[in-house]
Amino acid sequence: MITLEKRPQPSRLWTAVTPLIAVALTMVMGGLLFAFLGADPFEAIRTIFWDPIFNPQFAGFTRPQLLVKAGPLILIAIGLSIGFRAGIWNIGAEGQYIMGAICGAGAGLALYPSESPLIFPMMIIAGGLGGWAWAMIPAVLKTRFGTNEILVSLMLVYVAENILASVASGLLRNPEGMGFPGSRNFKQWDAAHNAEIITGTGMHWGVVFAFIAVIAAYVLMARHIQGFNIRLTGEAPRAARFSGVNPTRIVILCLGISGALAGFAGLFEVTGPAGQISIDFNSGYGFTAIIVAFLGRLNPVGILLAGLLMALTYIGGELAQLMLGVPGASIQLFQGMLLFFLLATDVFTNYRLRFGRAEVA
Amino acid sequence: MDLTSINPVLLVASIMVSATPILLAALGEMVVEKSGVLNLGVEGMMITGAVVGFAVAINSGSPLLGFAAAALASAVLSLSFGVLTQYLLSNQVATGLGLTLVGLGLSSLIGKPYEGMKATTLPKLDIPMLSDIPVLGRMLFSHDIMVYFSLALVAGVWAFLKYTRAGLILRAVGESHDSAHALGYKVVRVRMLAIFFGGACAGLGGAYLSLVRVPQWTEGMTAGAGWIALAIVVFASWRAGRVLIGAYLFGGVTVLQLNLQAAGADVPVALLSASPYLITILVLVIISARGAHGAPASLGRAFHASH
Amino acid sequence: MADTLLSIRGLTKAYPGVVANDDVSFDIRKGEIHALLGENGAGKSTLVKMIYGLVAPDKGRMELDGAGFAPAKPSEARRSGVAMVFQHFSLFDALDVAENVALGMENPPKPRDLARQIREVSETYGLPLDPGRTVGTLSAGERQRVEIIRCLLQDPRLLIMDEPTSVLTPQEVEILFETLRKLKAEGTSILYISHKLEEIRALCDHATILRLGKKVATCTPSEVSARELAEMMVGASFATPEAREHARGETLLRVESLSLPAPGAFGTPLREIALTVHAGEVLGIGGVAGNGQDELLAALSGERISAPGTVALKGVDVSRQGPEARRDAGLLSGPEERLGHAAAPDMSLIENGILTAARREGLVKSGFINWGRSRQFAEDVIAHFDVRTPGPGTAARALSGGNLQKFVVGREILQKPDVLVLNQPTWGVDAAAAAAIRQAVLDLAADGAAIVVISQDLDELMEISDRFAALNEGRLSPSRPVAELDIEKIGLMMGGAHDMEVAHVDA
Repeated sequence: MITLEKRPQPSRLWTAVTPLIAVALTMVMGGLLFAFLGADPFEAIRTIFWDPIFNPQFAGFTRPQLLVKAGPLILIAIGLSIGFRAGIWNIGAEGQYIMGAICGAGAGLALYPSESPLIFPMMIIAGGLGGWAWAMIPAVLKTRFGTNEILVSLMLVYVAENILASVASGLLRNPEGMGFPGSRNFKQWDAAHNAEIITGTGMHWGVVFAFIAVIAAYVLMARHIQGFNIRLTGEAPRAARFSGVNPTRIVILCLGISGALAGFAGLFEVTGPAGQISIDFNSGYGFTAIIVAFLGRLNPVGILLAGLLMALTYIGGELAQLMLGVPGASIQLFQGMLLFFLLATDVFTNYRLRFGRAEVA
Repeated sequence: MDLTSINPVLLVASIMVSATPILLAALGEMVVEKSGVLNLGVEGMMITGAVVGFAVAINSGSPLLGFAAAALASAVLSLSFGVLTQYLLSNQVATGLGLTLVGLGLSSLIGKPYEGMKATTLPKLDIPMLSDIPVLGRMLFSHDIMVYFSLALVAGVWAFLKYTRAGLILRAVGESHDSAHALGYKVVRVRMLAIFFGGACAGLGGAYLSLVRVPQWTEGMTAGAGWIALAIVVFASWRAGRVLIGAYLFGGVTVLQLNLQAAGADVPVALLSASPYLITILVLVIISARGAHGAPASLGRAFHASH
Repeated sequence: MADTLLSIRGLTKAYPGVVANDDVSFDIRKGEIHALLGENGAGKSTLVKMIYGLVAPDKGRMELDGAGFAPAKPSEARRSGVAMVFQHFSLFDALDVAENVALGMENPPKPRDLARQIREVSETYGLPLDPGRTVGTLSAGERQRVEIIRCLLQDPRLLIMDEPTSVLTPQEVEILFETLRKLKAEGTSILYISHKLEEIRALCDHATILRLGKKVATCTPSEVSARELAEMMVGASFATPEAREHARGETLLRVESLSLPAPGAFGTPLREIALTVHAGEVLGIGGVAGNGQDELLAALSGERISAPGTVALKGVDVSRQGPEARRDAGLLSGPEERLGHAAAPDMSLIENGILTAARREGLVKSGFINWGRSRQFAEDVIAHFDVRTPGPGTAARALSGGNLQKFVVGREILQKPDVLVLNQPTWGVDAAAAAAIRQAVLDLAADGAAIVVISQDLDELMEISDRFAALNEGRLSPSRPVAELDIEKIGLMMGGAHDMEVAHVDA
């Protein structure tokens, strides 16, 4: 019989190793899945994890995509991870991402066609504020009334999607767009375009923000007393209150940070890779970022790596769809499995296995 | 706006239809939470039930077989959550989210070939005598079997929790797993059974969406119904009777806003479409402002039997 | 022997790193009260869990009434006539009394019959209880009655009682003893677990003493002195704390008409609390668990703020200030619950030092943590208070109860507070660590600090306090010098057994 025995303290080795094991297990299970779907599992795995970066034929096109996809994922996941550390479950980043894009784009479009160099910074601020404000709804409801932030933040995703549909075909619709839904294209408006900073790398301002967020989050969580208070709140809420941490402030802070970062991500996406506000502008980054945050062990550096890996599965998934005819949905399942395996192997960080007789006389 | 186009008889009947999926899912989740487990994967289990039920109904031609398969598939899927949270002691919030993501991915993978197809739906069961009552008969007594099944399930769950020893043990486990363990009850086994039941209910709810309510398969068709079911459990203060009220209230809002949209009400469409979600938030606020009474004390806490 | 009920032979149970029971043998006779005596960690609970079927022994065997007895689960033990009253963890707050009783029975009768039986048994044994009450609203003594009645309804041959008096007032203890003697006269055997020597001498026919998992002796407690029992239990002598001479100084802490609503459904409201503590003085606050101890600590530490003018530190009103501001002003505190309240279980001792010492010890400068100084502070606490740990980087949960308690109390004392408030400073701590903690508290008082010790251990309070007050249902009695008190007066201050008399009238 196998029993679990609690370790006296969390194992550092396992903390680092479990994501790798989870990735390996996902590859095995994913391979089986692809085999079941009629694709060669080894080819599929190679197409997803290897070809986007190293294939001589299309790596030139797919490699920059890595940063384009990883940027928003990392940016959002960093914000989420700070809240998750405190036991505050903002799972509505998708909504905050949408509202950031709408607010930022709206603020910019109000001044169209100005070419002032201040336009883009102003849009960034508006985008961050939009995401922040959307996250403040669950934050205020939680601190005022004790409302569950998981459900509220999630409900607000659907509300945001409805607002997106409404503005795309109403308020922000391109007046020169022949009545089609969708805003003006920011790619054709230099002052508001989030262009590649270095051509051919996929590096845009959102990616820069993501890197800054990684460093800032690292400093906050490892060195600053607020980061300590956030961790303390998550580990032992009663001890945090005893220490003098104001739980209301932590809720406002954590949801505020994650909302603002998701808002930034939305703004950079709409002014860059997406190019315009459209009905189906959002692509699930807000949800995938949850996986990224966990896969990165809620650790900023881990999230950086996890974001790149997850971006790889996106690009590789598209590639596999194109080359091998693997359904696109299988990638979503693939990502979900990754989270599942990670949670499953996580047990070894805090517990060790014992084999042998247990409670049998 | 033409409000006369809204027929009150059809309105009530369609409220019952629209509430049934959420009622089933919320009832299952309530039992899970009563045992002290928070499964946030309802959405994922519902949509899996929706696609499996639809696929089986199409291939077999029997909607009832579809429902059975949906219940089984979602229950099996929920066991993955059970194994992770009960045996591997993973975080319930994270695992529930993972379950939702897996369910969404799995369902769109299975459902691809079935998009745009149409399955045979459940026949209406006219209850003899009662369905002949003018107005009321068509309103209340002329539904398909799942509507009645869901109502019977409410009564069943209520009686189970209140009157049976198994129900008492389930509540005890959710209240204090340490005490239950000290008295020799198998905490993990009780919770696994509850999770399995919750999964089956969510599957039935999902299948009702794809086989009766809509009735066809589209990707992401649950559109937050699983999350609303979770909110209804909170609204209901973990009581079966109030789950019924919550689900019908919500069904009412959904149907009313659709009717208003159809009648061309002078309200922005986005606001109407978003109204079920906004009202859910509003209800949550009202309930939590009063103080969430009745939450099982061990809800969401991992149990590890130490010596 | 014909009159032996349960015979235990060579029971051994090892957990990784520790042998909880090592070759333990003794007999419990029919119709006797048999004490199981030992310090925390001596292996009493493990032994009892084996008898009750919660844990399987590695070696050894048991015989019940001459037949082999190896219960694989508690329900088997219950069927064989073994019942147990737990110290913690066996009641369900949100369920009512009848439901709680039913959960502990193998074949509970119909609800209506059960309610009648509960009333009958409670009248027969003088344990008044309403079957319809929600357990969370009961006092600690009433909760214990639920457990006892649950056991009695099954006509047990052996009743195991785990530290039953720790939650009772002296008067309630007397009533409990009456019940137990009555049971004994009816032929029921009782295994009575305790570390309170006088109780055992007054009640028990035989005593088996465990130390570090081994049986030390079986004796007749009425024939040996308390001191001899204590020496058998502890094995080595340890220093009893000595109060130093000190003069009573100025008033450092003054609390006036402090009232707070109950924090939750099952909490206790504070009602018009008033107290003063002077420099160099220890005020002991006694009372049965659940009478407002946690709530009083929270109101003094600043976790809950109260109406203006209710809490004054050195003449300055701090009622509206939170824990950080009160610490800055010199008011420090140590809650009862070590893991999760006084310390974060998964965080290191270094981080747990920062938890309360961030500002007083200058561990944080302009928002940034100075990890070097923080480590130094944790090392200082470890060194000063003899905390046994591999190092300051160890997680708090990895420490034994006594060592963690020394760390969290030491953490406050080392910050040189003007006023220190402690709740249950030696709860669940081995005797040597408890003595060290008490000595540290007395030394701090001798250096001029004002100290409030909230405790359910009356012996402890008599040993270290200058004055004594009692909490009862959220009210604090006026304080009296310890020198004037005896156990009878203390019992009356704690509320006597008045809730029982009231219940009698109702019934």
